[in-house]
Amino acid sequence: MASVCFYFQVHQPFRLRRYSVFDTSPHYFDDHKNREIALKVAQKCYLPMNAVIEELVARHNGRFRVAYSITGVALQQFEWYVPEVLESFKRLSATGCVEFISETYYHSLSFLYSRREFLEQVQLHREKIQSLFGQTPQVFRNTELIYNNEVGKAAARIGYRAVICEGVDNLLGYRSPTFLYGVPDADGAALLLKHYRLSDDIAFRFGNRGWPEWPLSSEKFAGWVNQINGNGYVCNLFMDYETFGEHQWADTGIFDFVRHLPDSIFRTGENDFKTPSECITAYPVSGEYDVPHMISWADTERDLSAWLGNAMQANALHELYRLEDSVKATGEPGIIEDWRKLQTSDHFYYMCTKYFADGDVHKYFNPYDSPYDSYINYMNVLDNLRARIRAVAKSAAASAP
Amino acid sequence: MKVFMLGWEFPPYISGGLGTACFGLTRALDAAGVSVLFVLPRAVDNPRAEHVKLLTAASIPRGTLLREEVSEFRLKEFGHAEFVTVDASIAPYDRPAEPPKTSRTATPTEKEVLYAGRKVSLEDLLATPSASGPAPTAVVPMNDGPGANYAGDLFREIERYAQLAALIARDTEFDVIHAHDWMTFPAAITVRGLSGKPLVVHVHSTEFDRSGEHVNQRIYDFERAGMHIADRVIAVSHLTRNIVVNRYSVDPKKVSVVYNGIDDDGGMKDVRLPAIARDEKIVLFLGRVTMQKGPEYFLAAAKRVLEHVQNVRFIMAGSGDMIRRTIEMAAQMGIGHKVLFTGFLRGDDVKRIYRMADLYVMPSVSEPFGIAPLEALSNDVPVLISKQSGVAEVLTHALKVDFWDIDEMANKIIAVLRHPPLQNTLRDHGRIEVGRLTWSEAAERCEEVYRQMVASPRR
Repeated sequence: MASVCFYFQVHQPFRLRRYSVFDTSPHYFDDHKNREIALKVAQKCYLPMNAVIEELVARHNGRFRVAYSITGVALQQFEWYVPEVLESFKRLSATGCVEFISETYYHSLSFLYSRREFLEQVQLHREKIQSLFGQTPQVFRNTELIYNNEVGKAAARIGYRAVICEGVDNLLGYRSPTFLYGVPDADGAALLLKHYRLSDDIAFRFGNRGWPEWPLSSEKFAGWVNQINGNGYVCNLFMDYETFGEHQWADTGIFDFVRHLPDSIFRTGENDFKTPSECITAYPVSGEYDVPHMISWADTERDLSAWLGNAMQANALHELYRLEDSVKATGEPGIIEDWRKLQTSDHFYYMCTKYFADGDVHKYFNPYDSPYDSYINYMNVLDNLRARIRAVAKSAAASAP
Repeated sequence: MKVFMLGWEFPPYISGGLGTACFGLTRALDAAGVSVLFVLPRAVDNPRAEHVKLLTAASIPRGTLLREEVSEFRLKEFGHAEFVTVDASIAPYDRPAEPPKTSRTATPTEKEVLYAGRKVSLEDLLATPSASGPAPTAVVPMNDGPGANYAGDLFREIERYAQLAALIARDTEFDVIHAHDWMTFPAAITVRGLSGKPLVVHVHSTEFDRSGEHVNQRIYDFERAGMHIADRVIAVSHLTRNIVVNRYSVDPKKVSVVYNGIDDDGGMKDVRLPAIARDEKIVLFLGRVTMQKGPEYFLAAAKRVLEHVQNVRFIMAGSGDMIRRTIEMAAQMGIGHKVLFTGFLRGDDVKRIYRMADLYVMPSVSEPFGIAPLEALSNDVPVLISKQSGVAEVLTHALKVDFWDIDEMANKIIAVLRHPPLQNTLRDHGRIEVGRLTWSEAAERCEEVYRQMVASPRR
């Protein structure tokens, strides 16, 4: 028996507008572009893929099951710009076959910089999921699958049954990501490890005509999944939801692949689909996955270097989190909200100089011409935020008796 | 492979990027075993001749040429290359349309400038805090650089150069002709006609870059003729290639792009550094002060920067036909005390000024390539370059801006001044990137063009 465990990451950042040092407006976000992108991705990915999932759930009488993690900032943009996307997620939740996973509301790196802020954001996200979908998440994933033992313990401490993370070769050694693992020194917290090879076959290689396995049929893929039988329990397929229709365009046949996948999986007679919390219930933990240093699902390095690889990124993050106390002391919801939106990891990803000269995937997702432009823009915004904090503090001091 | 090369600038006869390019390229070709015979016009004055070791001087008169007309020399560091100067005074970068300058001020040492009526050295000047220093009235460069010497009839000299080059070619064996920029094109066309050898013209800049839309028709005609008659054209960037194709109607199939490079010359090792403790940041403009280089955009951005940041000084190093206007402009804008004009700098002074700078800005309106940013980067100075430059095609670890976008230029300058991590990241990555842009790569591309020309029958 092998269970296919799909978890899709849904995220859209609040991208910043061009903000020069001469700007003084307290409005930082590019509403026009954010709306445009939300609409575009909704048309290409969210709406058609949700329709496919809805259709599969109905057709297979509850045997086809998936999980989503949708960031708070994405949910907020759906509410504003494309409410029909939110409606379709609500319909999916109502089927009972779709599980929602917890994460930081702002898709932030807060775990690295402020445990207090981290906990607040996880709580905010949890409440958001409860209010929109009527579910209480059981499983946690940290931004970009950034993980170490401490993340596992922190998640267990606040009641999560499991954490999702990357299955890194050199940490697994001879072991396979198809088993469930435990967090060292944290009772009961299980780990679901991404099967990066099979996940990337779909997420990155599916439409690549130079790939020897191209074209990838659902039968072939189901055959690979079936090989897990006898050597594990789960096939954790974790990927960005935008894979479907946005990274892999519709004309690659990606939607048809998904449409046919359940039949192909079921055809073997032994395999099925489970959500993350169902996997934990069904299968035992088979050993510890000891992660002393930070890992993530990014790039080939699987480390933090995409967000924290150069001096600009470190500086921007440091300056941002330095403001925490003074931001919260203002008690101004507008200031706190803006500060939190500035925590979204994408802002730091845009400043990445790794591979920049090679024009790779980093560039594809980057609204800026260069990491330098992105840093300059970000620091200008931060400057304005600082001025607003000062202004509030000043007027508070003035009005104090 | 033997190359008959025609240029009009070469160290020590140098005033700008072309000389640097010819030197770098020739040295790399030489190292690759290509024999180059480099034919140069004789410069009017030769201020740096003592820095070059002439192994054989004015010894072998060729053919019917008079001894005074031709001199030959070899440079120590070149194994195969021979250099021939002919007695024609083609002054680089002079605009023939302009009246010749007749008088010059006293001959200063190059690092001296007139500041507030006093003669002081560059180091003294930079050491002077702007707040407590003398009330500045005007900053006047005394050295207008070699470009100011022009007095003759340029077109007659070009013709003379062509004749002399043709005579040298008659007595020389070579496989291809390689000509740099329009002043050598008449010579190149003549030599091609006489020798029947294939010609590649190397376009380092066009009349549109130098003059905007106010094109000198005669120069345009020279350029066009050269490009059309040539068997192949090398452009220093895609930007220039587009101009060659669109404005000169050259068959795109025969135009290749070969980017310039830079050689690591050991950086600052041999330069004594001025011991100046300063609390001011320095933003540097270094280049000819001409319309093409956009000095007025630099000043406008400086003014904008100074509205936000005070502890910064702007240095304009270079001379050119807009220098006076630029100095006046700085004064009119009320930022004269924050802008320093050094005049034309050479050699170690260039390195010294790079060493002082926090940011190099190249706001060129039109820059076919632009070697200076590569020099800045190899001297550990981060660069802000205009998007209207060829070098923007090869540099990724550089700040880029449209030359006319003053606010954005100021925005980026301020960011570099205020955020050391930005400066450090640009510098560290830029240094690595610039290390990959070598002259040997450029020479290899040129050799490829030579081989193709030799292999394919002449049209």
